[in-house]
Amino acid sequence: MSIMEYNGGSVVAMVGKGCVAIASDKRLGQQFMTVSTNFQKIFPASEKTYIGLPGLATDVLTLSERFRFNINMYKMEEERDIEPKTVAHMISSTLYQRRFGPYFVEPVVAGLSKDNTPFICAMDLIGCINFAKDFVVSGTASQNLYGMCESLWEPDLEPEDLFETISQALLNAQDRDALSGWGAVVHIITPDKVITRSLKSRQD
Amino acid sequence: MNSLVQKYSKSSTAHDDDVLGVHGKWDASLDLAFPTFDIPGAQNPLSFLRNVTDEASSDYKIKIQHGTTTLAFKFQGGIIVAVDSRATMGNYIGSQTVKKVIEINPYLLGTMAGGAADCSYWERELGRRCRLYELTNKERISVAAASKLLANLVLPYKGMGLSMGTMVTGWDKSGPNLYYVDSDGSRIKGDLFSVGSGSTFAYGVLDSGYRNDLTVEEALELGKRSIFHAAHRDAMSGGSVNLYHIHEEGWTYHGNHDVAALFWEYQDLKAEERAAAVGKQ
Repeated sequence: MSIMEYNGGSVVAMVGKGCVAIASDKRLGQQFMTVSTNFQKIFPASEKTYIGLPGLATDVLTLSERFRFNINMYKMEEERDIEPKTVAHMISSTLYQRRFGPYFVEPVVAGLSKDNTPFICAMDLIGCINFAKDFVVSGTASQNLYGMCESLWEPDLEPEDLFETISQALLNAQDRDALSGWGAVVHIITPDKVITRSLKSRQD
Repeated sequence: MNSLVQKYSKSSTAHDDDVLGVHGKWDASLDLAFPTFDIPGAQNPLSFLRNVTDEASSDYKIKIQHGTTTLAFKFQGGIIVAVDSRATMGNYIGSQTVKKVIEINPYLLGTMAGGAADCSYWERELGRRCRLYELTNKERISVAAASKLLANLVLPYKGMGLSMGTMVTGWDKSGPNLYYVDSDGSRIKGDLFSVGSGSTFAYGVLDSGYRNDLTVEEALELGKRSIFHAAHRDAMSGGSVNLYHIHEEGWTYHGNHDVAALFWEYQDLKAEERAAAVGKQ
């Protein structure tokens, strides 16, 4: 089994009308054994930017701390919040630094820039950025998520409709993946607030 | 005219239009008695098959539906059989509604773990042999004989990638009987078995709650709970729980219980018990 699938987990992000959404499952496993059903995979980078880190749990913990450090240093030096695009390039270069011995994560970034333009992107484990205007997926249920997103997503969704769309996409994708699930969390990022909701889902 | 008559009268007689020469030669009793399978034309079919059916091998090609939790145990009131209903192909969940208990006849049940096709094919074949036994001997087959029939059926294919872990259970002249049979050739008589990827989790719950003097209701609940906990912890098990009780009159089906609903049911129960315990103090 690939090391990318050792702990399991999935992340998805979507663009709406003047808002973005990012969601993940809550499972932490060791191969096919579920160890925790409350494992955080999405981390705040700023008020309006979130980082999703599905992949090897040890690297999720290492990188989330490292990104937090980098972002805090950036904030102190620049005396302003970091832009989502800057976060993406910071993550990308951090990953490429380990080109020949990579961190086993495929990050997703979702946020609103300073003029509230939606931004989402996904990366492979050595930092190749995939900028998208609609949705990005990552993790063990990524194929399932592509199927759900391709059929459910539509342009210019209002925050509440975007919440419904991303929730249904994630829930139905993880119900067909053995290594994702056991709960889900959704963040809807709008210019004036971030709505965070935990979803009730199948526990098998 | 004569030539015409000759032409048509000839073709109307049997065997003459039998181009392939198989007419009247096919014997159902011979052909159906022993199912045969084509073996790969490799120099060493055994090592070839081991290579393509082993998940750890780089030439792993023959991928089949897998992953299960099944259990069966004897107790004072007969036998309980409980199974989950998920089929996985790697990480992908192929189905959540698989029937993993095979009803061989009204007195015999077989469970399914391992390759879905291997189990369903060979247990169907077992069902046919059991019926044939009934017709020739004018009495029902014993569980011991049925399980041995299955073990002997798959043994010749040992090492060729068959994947089957099954429990054959039922009620015969000697009472309740439970056998574990697998594709490696094991055939073990016992009182309590759990088979499949989630079996370790099921054993944990089953062993801690098992007593011989369980009532039928308690035993059914224990079987259901064991499968539920395995479904919760094991990624390859899930879907729903199928429950059976075997008694003197044969087996009775005790319903399909969705794991998604069971989780919240058990969580509420736990909260109630905790509240009651705090109230007592």
